[in-house]
Amino acid sequence: MTMTRQPASQESAAIPDALAVDGVSVRLGGREVLQDVRFSIKPGEFVGLIGSNGAGKTTLLRVILGLLPASSGKVTVSAAGVGYVPQKIQLDPDMPLRARDLVGLGLDGQRYGIPFPSRARRKLVDEMLRAVDAEHIAVARVGNLSGGEQQRILIAHALISRPGLLLLDEPLANLDIASEQEVVALLGRIAREQRIAVLISAHEMNPLLPVMDRIVYMAHGRAASGPTDEVVTGERLSELYGHHVDVIHVHGRVLVVAGRGEGLDIPIEHSGAHADGA
Amino acid sequence: MTAVGHLLQAIIEPGFFTSAPVHVALLAGGVVALVSGIVGTFTVMRGQSYAGHALGDLSATGGAASFLAGISPLWGFAGTSVVAAGVMDMIGVRRPRGRDLATGIVRGAGLGLAALFLYWDATRTSTTGAPITILFGSIFTIGSSMIPAIAVLSIVAVGIVAVLYRPLLLSSVSTDLAVVRGVPVRIAGALCLAAIALAVSLSAITIGAILSTALLVGPAAAALRLTSRPGLVLIWSALIGIAATWIGVLLAYDSYYWPPARQGWPVSFFVVVLIMLFYLLAQVVGGRIGRDSRNEERACSQAS
Repeated sequence: MTMTRQPASQESAAIPDALAVDGVSVRLGGREVLQDVRFSIKPGEFVGLIGSNGAGKTTLLRVILGLLPASSGKVTVSAAGVGYVPQKIQLDPDMPLRARDLVGLGLDGQRYGIPFPSRARRKLVDEMLRAVDAEHIAVARVGNLSGGEQQRILIAHALISRPGLLLLDEPLANLDIASEQEVVALLGRIAREQRIAVLISAHEMNPLLPVMDRIVYMAHGRAASGPTDEVVTGERLSELYGHHVDVIHVHGRVLVVAGRGEGLDIPIEHSGAHADGA
Repeated sequence: MTAVGHLLQAIIEPGFFTSAPVHVALLAGGVVALVSGIVGTFTVMRGQSYAGHALGDLSATGGAASFLAGISPLWGFAGTSVVAAGVMDMIGVRRPRGRDLATGIVRGAGLGLAALFLYWDATRTSTTGAPITILFGSIFTIGSSMIPAIAVLSIVAVGIVAVLYRPLLLSSVSTDLAVVRGVPVRIAGALCLAAIALAVSLSAITIGAILSTALLVGPAAAALRLTSRPGLVLIWSALIGIAATWIGVLLAYDSYYWPPARQGWPVSFFVVVLIMLFYLLAQVVGGRIGRDSRNEERACSQAS
């Protein structure tokens, strides 16, 4: 991963970006998976990386993490350390690992040798478990936890090393509405209180609207970024998709709908029950 | 004499504790079970039981060749299984299916060679017992001169997984998480496979190449039922393996006077059966202990 320091952008020279993605393109098997993606995140900012399946969200996160090389462009991570919550992990219930063990591995999972139990380490793990409201499941097997509980433990795993940047890949997928709201509120609180820059991918923007400072909207490997209400407009998204889409506001929720009314309306992004039967 | 004393005397045949082959069998068998129990825990956690099984089978090839060459089968077992682990690691281990295919292909080829060597062993040399010794082990014929070699290979195998304890644990949860934290997953995976190869070669000399997986996977599988703490799983797994081996040696010693042949039953038979019994026992006990409050909560909410 490129870890060079970059001169801060003109608009706010005082605060350096936690993350700057500068014209990143990725070609995989002759196909342009990412095309000139550019955006930046300041410390403490909460940014939603929104797009349907196949838009390039996971690829972008993998490039930022250094798991995949960019064909061109540059990723600059200035934050001290990156925390990562991968897409749904298949954790076998047979895997002998308690929630607190997985959180502890976030602290020293890369170290060699047998770990010696220390009071300081125990305390850190306890604090982190408390921060994600998971004290009551501390000694449960990770594989036996529900989807929402596993997400909270993985978030604690990613945060215990105090990173400046937290990347989450679809952490809301497969969660019921209650756990979804819990996880979003938790992430919003952590970003604010600990001034951690958060980049969270999701195929649905509505659950994130209450906490999202800015949006990176992706379609066909291209991205539009900025304040949510500036990006999520019919004009900007039509340009991004390359065909006409409408942005409809219903009861404080946002629907992005393709088509002009002639023929079928194809909902590109819909918000669960509200979009059904459109 | 007390009742317990009489009982012990009935179970333990006279001469058990004074027989030199029994001493070597208990020592070597105990060490090998310890190594298999520890390395086996990682094998099971990483979902590499099939690879372990294949490495056990492949070690038979080297064991059979070593008889022809007139060297100790331990070197044959260890040599081929470590080389096979290297080959398996090199050809596609990225994806589970690719891994299983690569394993299966290497295993098939190796067993073919083993068949050839065993045939030569049985026909060309006078050691007609060679196939049995290689495939099903011969714990009572381990010479005390083998002890240092067993010790060295054991230390290497346990050393690898001890050093890589946390990185291996993390990469069993998610390879991506491990890579992001700076774990060299490729090298760690290759070294772990080498440790598995050493563990199965060691159990090949006690309970045989074919049955070595039982000692690798069985105690670890039982231990997983008993506790959720990774460190304790290692200890339980080692203890179960050692118990199965020692009781197996004792029963085999006793069986000298048993029908039909009054020649003694093979140790491997007892060890494998005991591992199975321990596994079933752990299922029953673990079914009660392992089910934490969360599961019961969920079971209740599902029932309602």
